[in-house]
Amino acid sequence: MRDDGPAVEMEVALDLLRRALWVAPVLIVLSGAIWGLNGALSTGYGIALVVANFLASAAMLAWTAKISISLMMGTALFGYLMRLGLIFLAVWVVRDASWVELVPLGLTIVVTHLGLLFWEMRYVSATLAFPGLKPATKGS
Amino acid sequence: MSVLATIAQAAEATDLTAAELKGIEAAAGAGMAYGLAAIGPALGIGYLVGQSVQAMARQPESAGTVRTTMFLGIAFTEALALIGFVVFILLKFA
Repeated sequence: MRDDGPAVEMEVALDLLRRALWVAPVLIVLSGAIWGLNGALSTGYGIALVVANFLASAAMLAWTAKISISLMMGTALFGYLMRLGLIFLAVWVVRDASWVELVPLGLTIVVTHLGLLFWEMRYVSATLAFPGLKPATKGS
Repeated sequence: MSVLATIAQAAEATDLTAAELKGIEAAAGAGMAYGLAAIGPALGIGYLVGQSVQAMARQPESAGTVRTTMFLGIAFTEALALIGFVVFILLKFA
């Protein structure tokens, strides 16, 4: 069994990316005001990590759902481990870099991940007619 | 706890300094924190995806809606592991 419908995960992930682009300057400036230039760079890196994680997750699910639902299930489980490993690797590689501040980096990862998800929930559709996002309305 | 006790015994046997011992224990503690923090979300994602696949098999017409909800559910569950990861990097590297 497979699902040939639209890639709803990518739709949601790209919407998350769009929202992250809106909110990134605010977070970077805020972090820069508290931790300086290194904090701002670390926050930018953290936001990029979170968005890359969403996009990787969505791309893997959307791609495998078109092959087999069982494969999608396996990808969701092993993809979780793989993406955790990649995030660890991404932080481990830069941990000693002069521009890295671990506290703003860690805070950014958690706050951005949860914040974007809660924000996105307002725009997710739960109808069969629009399985991904709610149709855009004027002024939204 | 037995892991930390074992490390402490090994450290005594090899004449490590207090700072080195503290570093080893911090590394072990951070590793355990990250590992334990990843177990819960792994179980959660397994259950979530299993139920979603069952829902898609029962009602294929609602697969799109189920996949949207599943994706958000996976992301929310993963946040727990990310919190564990942040605690890990702060304990280990900060």
